[in-house]
Amino acid sequence: MSFSLLRAFLRLSFLGAIVVVSGMLLWRHFDSGRPAPLPAVKPDPALSIAVAKVDAAFRASWSAAAVEPSPEADALTLARRLSLALTGAPPSLEEIRRLEALPEGADPVAAWLDHLFSDRRSADYLAERFARAFVGVETGPFLVYRRRRLVTWLADQIEVNRPYDEVVRDLVAAEGLWTTRPETNFLTVTVVEGGKEGPDEMKLAGRTARAFLGLSLDCMQCHDDMFGDRWKQADFHQLAAFFAPAELNLTGIHDDSKKSYETRYLGEKASVEVPPLVPYGRELMPRAGKPREQLAAWITHPGNTPFARAAVNRVWAVLFGKPLIDPVDNLPIEGPFPPGLEELAREFTVSGHDLRHLIRLIALSDPFRRASRSADPDKATTPEQEAAWAAFPLTPLRPEQVAGSVIQASTLPALDSDTHILQKLRRFGETRDFVKRYGDPGEEEFAGESGTIPQRLLLMNGKLVRERTEPNPIMNASTRLAKVAPSDETAVRAAFLASLTRHPEPAELGHFTGVLAGLKGKDRDEAFTDLCWTLINTTEFSWNR
Amino acid sequence: MNPLPFSSCGSIDHLHAWSRRRFLQGSALAGLGWLTPLSRQLVRSAEATGRRPKSVIVLWMEGGMSQLESFDPHPGSTIAYGAKAISTATKGIQFGAGLPLTAELANDFSVIRSVTSKEGDHSRATYNVKTGYRPFPNLVHPSIGSIICHSVPGPDGAVLDLPSLISILPGGFPARGGYLGARYDAFQTGDPVQPIPDVRPLATADRQQQRLDSLAVLEQTFSKGRLADLENERTLHRTSLERAQRLMSSEQLTAFDVSGVPKAERESFGDSPFGRGCLAAIRLIEAGVRCVEVTLRGWDTHIDNAEGQATQLALLDPALSALIRGLKARDLYDDTLLLVATEFGRTPKQNVAEGRDHWPHGFSVLLGGGGLRGGLAVGATDPGGEKQEPDRAVRVEDVHATILRRLGIDTSEELLTPIGRPIKVSEGRVIQELV
Repeated sequence: MSFSLLRAFLRLSFLGAIVVVSGMLLWRHFDSGRPAPLPAVKPDPALSIAVAKVDAAFRASWSAAAVEPSPEADALTLARRLSLALTGAPPSLEEIRRLEALPEGADPVAAWLDHLFSDRRSADYLAERFARAFVGVETGPFLVYRRRRLVTWLADQIEVNRPYDEVVRDLVAAEGLWTTRPETNFLTVTVVEGGKEGPDEMKLAGRTARAFLGLSLDCMQCHDDMFGDRWKQADFHQLAAFFAPAELNLTGIHDDSKKSYETRYLGEKASVEVPPLVPYGRELMPRAGKPREQLAAWITHPGNTPFARAAVNRVWAVLFGKPLIDPVDNLPIEGPFPPGLEELAREFTVSGHDLRHLIRLIALSDPFRRASRSADPDKATTPEQEAAWAAFPLTPLRPEQVAGSVIQASTLPALDSDTHILQKLRRFGETRDFVKRYGDPGEEEFAGESGTIPQRLLLMNGKLVRERTEPNPIMNASTRLAKVAPSDETAVRAAFLASLTRHPEPAELGHFTGVLAGLKGKDRDEAFTDLCWTLINTTEFSWNR
Repeated sequence: MNPLPFSSCGSIDHLHAWSRRRFLQGSALAGLGWLTPLSRQLVRSAEATGRRPKSVIVLWMEGGMSQLESFDPHPGSTIAYGAKAISTATKGIQFGAGLPLTAELANDFSVIRSVTSKEGDHSRATYNVKTGYRPFPNLVHPSIGSIICHSVPGPDGAVLDLPSLISILPGGFPARGGYLGARYDAFQTGDPVQPIPDVRPLATADRQQQRLDSLAVLEQTFSKGRLADLENERTLHRTSLERAQRLMSSEQLTAFDVSGVPKAERESFGDSPFGRGCLAAIRLIEAGVRCVEVTLRGWDTHIDNAEGQATQLALLDPALSALIRGLKARDLYDDTLLLVATEFGRTPKQNVAEGRDHWPHGFSVLLGGGGLRGGLAVGATDPGGEKQEPDRAVRVEDVHATILRRLGIDTSEELLTPIGRPIKVSEGRVIQELV
């Protein structure tokens, strides 16, 4: 009897301690506690010169087309865009306080990028985004495919900022077991389940061209290019022939140099042996080595500009929610190219295919800094401004970004690598369930659409939104704000920052302080739940601006 | 940007359609959009010739239903491994012993025993059978229900608050709109004894109103200084919000709720989520829903196939037979096409674990209702399990073409993807035996 009483007492004290500690932590946001400053950004003159070149290209195109650029977006908006692109969630209230503590004159983009790169969550998130291009979202063949391993391996490479060309060479040329050499999953995902054959050369050829070179050669599997004379059926199959030696056995992927590749071309009666040959720029391919090594070296050769262009277009799309050239993996090989692409591709190559350098370059450039609205509230932005990147394009957030926003908005500190494992697991489960109901465009990463009815229902009435907004002093920001904030106004401001990463407009502030005026106890808690629900259900919440 | 559209790939057929595609491209530019006047006429003329079914029910056997224990038994052969077969209402046609109730209705539907595909992976094969196309990079094809919702106009006058495509117990791969757009994705819902997800407001009516009032204040701020027609040109936020609210308060929601159905009728479907899903499907079709998909999971019997398939058949048999009887009793069977399908069949030869593995080279689907001929078994697989290719092979896309044509949809019509790429509704040929 006394033992169970003791246990109950301990439990209660534990809960009490949590409430007290979280209350104290929260109080800091409103009171004397100073947020830890963001680390100072080291000046990088080479980067500034490169940004200036990109800016010049865009400015020239804007004046040529007589498009007026929108004003510069504020620091909070820029931070929201970057956090969504690199972590899949907006900045936490705690992080926003740190951003606001930046010294006068410091560039918020540079500081915010350093902050995000310093945490593993950006590597994890980017790895997942890249993996969609490299291996898709299929569950893949049982036993011989481990998507999770591949994504973790990619995240490890991104975290140490390993040059992108090295990563791609590993993917294309790796040998070994799919568990101990995770990069071989790039090949094993194409194995037909139950089949006796190894990786599928044709799937690999199509994937390689799209993911690494931004070329959609898939149609050339069956026939020559019908919309131009550029590509022949042979280009596709000669590319596929590089993968023919790759075999799968109990020790993983290995090359058998004796294996050759045959196909029967359209209109022909018999199959012919097809030699491994690249579709252009043959002078860039090394003469010696195993076929996949030769191919990997050719793809990533500094002279192979389509490789750099494809990477630029994809990273641009991750940052803007929309690629420079749409669709993201079908770039023309000889142009014409939109402004900025060639400058960015050149810079990326010169930097040694440094992904962080490329992300910095795009994020620091003029287009990324444009507001998505005009300076005059009565003057609308135009589709032409968006198309020229003279106004930041409004794009729908991806499902996991919406889930991440709901979860982050209800959790005041950042959910980063320091987050407790139980909270991470909860977030993982919540995100998975939410995305399933919201609808994931899968590999069609940038094909997001306008709101659908199930999406609206999910955000209005769904489990995640209920659990993350209902009165709950331990788990949910809404209740904690209601309890701890010194005034209604401070609480409303904090809720706006946590959900929409912006301050309320005077009309909005007036509206909500009016609603809250005079409310106490349960009524007040409920009004805060209503406030958070409202913020989550705005257009703004599920769109990138 | 690429000035010209991509070719529709996946088949050689489109080579011949080149000039036609150029024509279509021109007409699309001229603002005619998805359907050309010619095809509209074709659709109408098809409508004029007799009663057309309006709805489709897809019973999806997720995991790979074994043809040998269900609709294509080979009793007494080595590949039966002792599995028994039973006679059906149709002379000369036998089903597996696990389908006694369905066997009584064998004249009301036909089975295709020779469906073939080239996909042996669950996700790829499901995509293949649900869309009629093999997975292709850069493109997501619409599921059959999405095509129907897109191509068959809604009934005149009546207003449907419910979604027109509903997936009950959605499983791993619910029907998707693909290039037709997310608005043709299936609305997903669970076991009909549970409340429909996400349709009950989280707050009381007063508070809900307060929330919506506050929302209007924020929407006002957001639209300032942004695109002129933000709502219609881009976000559709208010539109979807209003439709969602209409659904939330609709009386038609009761169609989902089977609790009011007399106990005897409810129990005839079997006491299972799948059975209740089939009962709800009838009610939803009656309410005017265009396509309902009900999934029965658990067919992937790599280990102890006999036991695993028997368990599943015991769930399928009462539900399927009660579904057919229920549709007939309500005079809906001729208006509703019924498809029972799975991603692939299972190997004729068992593995060491007495399981059957994936077999896309000759598996069974059931087609009934909608005025299609019943009492047939089309095609045949090798009783010895040696020959891979079945007699009278039917491709997955042929099943699609048969259903779509029956609904009056011109399958040779080319739909345009958002990037202007023309793709045929279906590349299959109608299974002539059934029409």
